[in-house]
This record gives sequence, C-alpha cells and structure tokens, in this order.
Amino acid sequence: MLSFIIRRLLQSLAVLFIMSFLIYALMGLMPGDPIDLMIQADPDLTPEDQARLRALYGLDQPLTTRYWNWLTAALQGDFGFSRLFAQPVGEILWPRMWNTVLLLGLSLILSLMIALPAGIIAATRPQSTLDNVINLSAFAGISIPPFWLAILLIILFSVTLGWLPAGGMGMGEDTGLWEQARFLILPVLALTLSRVGGTIRFVRASMMEALRQDYIRTARAKGLSRRRVLVAHALRNALIPVVTILALDMGMLVSGALITETIFGWLGMGKTIYDAIMGNDYNLALMGLMFATALTLLANLLADLTYAWLDPRIKYG
Amino acid sequence: MTEVRSYDLAAGATFATEESGSPARLLWRRFRKHRLAMGSLILLIVMALAVFAAPLVEAWSGLDANRVDLMARFAAPSLEHPLGADELGRDLLLRLLYGGRVSLTVGLAAALIAAVIGTIIGLAAGYFGGTLDALLMRLTDGVIALPLLPLLIVLAAIDLTQLGIPAEIAQSQEASLYRIVVLVALVGWTPVARLVRGATLSMKEREFIRAAQALGASNLRIMAVHILPNVASPIIVATTLAVGNIILLESVLSFLGLGIQPPVPSWGNMLTNAQELMYSAPMLAVWPGLLIFVTVMAFNFLGDGLQDALDPRAGQGQGY
Repeated sequence: MLSFIIRRLLQSLAVLFIMSFLIYALMGLMPGDPIDLMIQADPDLTPEDQARLRALYGLDQPLTTRYWNWLTAALQGDFGFSRLFAQPVGEILWPRMWNTVLLLGLSLILSLMIALPAGIIAATRPQSTLDNVINLSAFAGISIPPFWLAILLIILFSVTLGWLPAGGMGMGEDTGLWEQARFLILPVLALTLSRVGGTIRFVRASMMEALRQDYIRTARAKGLSRRRVLVAHALRNALIPVVTILALDMGMLVSGALITETIFGWLGMGKTIYDAIMGNDYNLALMGLMFATALTLLANLLADLTYAWLDPRIKYG
Repeated sequence: MTEVRSYDLAAGATFATEESGSPARLLWRRFRKHRLAMGSLILLIVMALAVFAAPLVEAWSGLDANRVDLMARFAAPSLEHPLGADELGRDLLLRLLYGGRVSLTVGLAAALIAAVIGTIIGLAAGYFGGTLDALLMRLTDGVIALPLLPLLIVLAAIDLTQLGIPAEIAQSQEASLYRIVVLVALVGWTPVARLVRGATLSMKEREFIRAAQALGASNLRIMAVHILPNVASPIIVATTLAVGNIILLESVLSFLGLGIQPPVPSWGNMLTNAQELMYSAPMLAVWPGLLIFVTVMAFNFLGDGLQDALDPRAGQGQGY
C-alpha cells in the first residue's frame, strides 16, 4: 500500500511538472508582456530602455531558460509579485485557496447528501414515478448553464425575496458566524446544483448494476434485512465506481468553482485566475493555474486511496 | 430468481416480435417509443429551422439584429419587438435567433471534430494495445482530470499572432468562432475516445477480424472497414451528448467574454451583462439561458433515447 501511495504521488508530481511547463509556455503566448505594459504606462521609454529592461527581467532569454529560472525560484517559495494586487503572489493565493477548498468541500458534501439517497431510491424503483422525477431533475441539472443557474438563484433569493446577499464574502465587518455563512449559501447551492445531476445519474446506474449481481440475491436468501442488503452489500460495491467518477469530476468542480466564484464575487482561486488572466497579471495567473492543477491532482490521489479502502479486493504492489 | 427469468423472457419476446425490417427501421421503431427523445428531436428540428431562417425573419420584419436604437432601450414586448429589446434597443428575438445559429453551429462543428479525434485515438489505442494504448489512455485520463475551464480561459486569451497566424485573420470576426470550435474540440474528444477504445477491444478478438488479418488486410483497412462500422453506436451516442456539453461550454466561455465576441450574438455572450441587467430587466437574463437550457436538455434526451434504441438491454434495472 505504501509503495502504491508513493508511486501515485510521484506520478502526480510528474504530471504537475509537465503541466507547469505547458502553462508557463502558454503564459508567454498571452497578448503583451510586462515590458509592453510598462510602455503603455510610460510612452517615453526609448527602444534602448526597452531592450535594457528586457535584459534586466530576463525576457530576452529563451523559453527553457526563463522556465528554469521561474521553476527554481518557485520551488524556493518565491512566486513573484502580482501586478494587480501589488503583493507577493503567495500571500494572495494562500487565503484564496482555502476559500475555494471551503466552497468545494461544502459543495461536495451537499451533493453526496443529495445524490446518494436520490440515486439509491431511483435504482430500487426503476421506471416508477419517483424514478422518473429524479431522472428528469438529474437531466435538468446536467443541462442547465451553471452561470445562468447562479443568476436565477440571485434573481430569486436576493433580488425578489431579499433573503440572501447577491455576492461577496461578508468579511471585514464584525459580523457573526451566521452572517458570514449567509454569504456561502448561494455559491454552494449554485455549484452543487450544477454538478449533482451527473452524480445522481451515476449513483443510479452503478446501484442498478450492483443490485443485478448474484450476491444480492444470496444475501436476501440467507435472510438479511432489506436495508442491510442495500447498504452493506449493494451500496458498498456501487460506491467504488462512484468514487472514481467523483475524482475525475474534480477538474470539472474546480472549473465550476471558477464560474461560481466569478459571479458571486467569492474570493477564491477561480475568480483570482480569471481576474489575473483578464488583467495581464502573469505571475498570479501562472501560480493560480498551478495551484488549481495541484488541487485537482491531490483530490484524484485522495480518491484513489478511498477507492483502495472501499475495495479490499484491489491489491497494490 | 423467477423475477429475473421472467424479465429476460419478456425482453427476449419483445425482441422477437421486433425482428422484422431492416436494422435502421428497427432502430427507428425502438427510438420512437422513447417519447422524450422523440419530442427532443422534433424540438431540435424546429429550432434549427427557426435559427437558420433568421435572415428571412430579419428581412420580413424590417429590423436589423445589430442596429442600435437607444429610443427602444429595454422596450417591453410589443408587436414590433415580440420579446422586447435589449439594453441597446436591439430586437431580442432576432438576436436570439442569430445567437442560436452561432451556438448550434459551434456545438455541431466542435462535436464532429471531437468525434473524429476521439475515434482515431480510441481506435488506435484499442486496436494496437500495448504501450500506445497505455500512453493514449494516460493522455485521456490526464485531459479529463485537469481543471479545464481555467486552462481554456488561458487558451482563449492567447495572442494568435504570436503563433505565426497573420494579424488580419487572427483579428477577424470569424476568428473567435473558429478558435472556440478548435478549443472546445481539443478538450471534448475524451468520452468518445474511451468508448471507442472499449468497443474496439472487444471487437478485435472476433473471428471476422482474425479472418481479415489472415487474408492480409492492412491494419488501416481493418480499422476503417471492419471495426469502425461496428463501433458506430457508441460514437453516435457520445457525439450527441457532446453537442449538448459543448453548447454549454461555449456559453460559459462567451459569458466570461472569451468566446464569441460581440456584436456577433451567441446565447452565451448575450448573458455577459445579465448580472447588471437582472435588477432592471430580468427577462433579458432569462431568455438566452432558457434557450441554452432547453437545447442542451434536448440533446441529452436525444442521446439517451439513441442509447436505449441502439442497446435496448443496457440500463434496465429490475428494481429491488
């Protein structure tokens, strides 16, 4: 098991390394470079000044050299300086990373709380009215544009009913925990509703598959209760593919968080990456993307370990 | 036990009565029973006709989808503007029709390209196996697991002239359309690749493939002539579902200001200002989203119905 963890960890690091180079190269293809921005700010810069500045910042070096310099600095904890925030990139990203983890974590818990019961109920009564309703809702969930859903939630709960804030974080003021939690409700709801449909459909299919197996009939035949068969025999096996799908879905969840955070003004990684790219803040965008990729890879790794824990038949060596 | 048996017998029985007519007719007969999928197909045909008739509607109504008329800002629905006018006084219905052209075209074009990429990768991985398979599947898993939207935003923001594409092409109005089709296709091929690989794996051990190999057919010929037609079902289903997903992705990118660039309307970029508008004119934020929602849902139902029709035994539960 330990060697499996180490091997998966090394694999993830390799992917992260490849991605870091790709992302770095892509950043170089974004419109303008730091010197262009300086020229905009100060039109009096002569071509000689520009060349001198380029050399000073190392922008005249080939891509691989620049990448290597950035990588060695980043590994030592020096992520550079953000242009938009005039702060070191690390200081901006760390708190925002936790804001995103909070959003993603709550959303993941909520969607499992919805998807597991809904999927199990649907699978145990296929083609019933309840199954049809759940299935239709799941279809609606995967078909709705996530940003539009967020806007509809704001129109309903903030503009019309006035119950919840339309966006922001509720930080800074001397507010209680509940006041701050109110700012979380709509973003978590929007993110969850836009992702839960796929999970419900997957739990349903996986549960149906499990219920078809011979061991279910055996368990029933030896006199176990319905509930025990459902939970201990069917669900335990049905969960294995579900965990895999949830892991693969982490990338989508991070993508969804970008939309949700941008619309609700939630200061997380997604909004930061978006703002950084729109504002030509290369250092911030670069590290933001790296953090988001690392977060996704980490979630994948955790899911693999959960998978091993759920399915003792899997041997790792 | 008896329950399972009776189900199997029942399925076999219906299968037997259906066993008349060509495969296409059989397929159509099974598909027709899926009411939601049938309804979706009709809806999509009507919608396609409507959006591609947009220039006719424009000519007939005497309005111009891009003409700014500040006197008509936020005009309420009337005979002249059946759904009202937007923040620049442009007719909403016309813009929705033109936006639909863009959204549907992007969805179909990108899904087709994605299907071609996915099919080639899936066929190669499944047929050749070994290291190539491992490599291609690692790549597929990698693409699926990445946070795609942040990466797509970077890709949508990069400067095409730095890739050696002439400025007049890179900055033309069509460029944003082509760019989005290419980008979305580049990340959308993974489901097709996995399904095609799986189907190819089970197909390549069949006798007729062995026979073709023994007769000296080239690998390319075997893949194109013998395997491809037999793995068509998963390709068709996955591509149909991909159209819906791609329309969603296009709308997200356009909404964020990185997809289709105004004044060319798309359902996504019509919602860019929705967050400011929802206080003053909420219906402007409702219509484009509703159309995306309905269209994507129709493609998903269509894919589901096709799946059931092509593979009637799968996805059936016996209950508990």
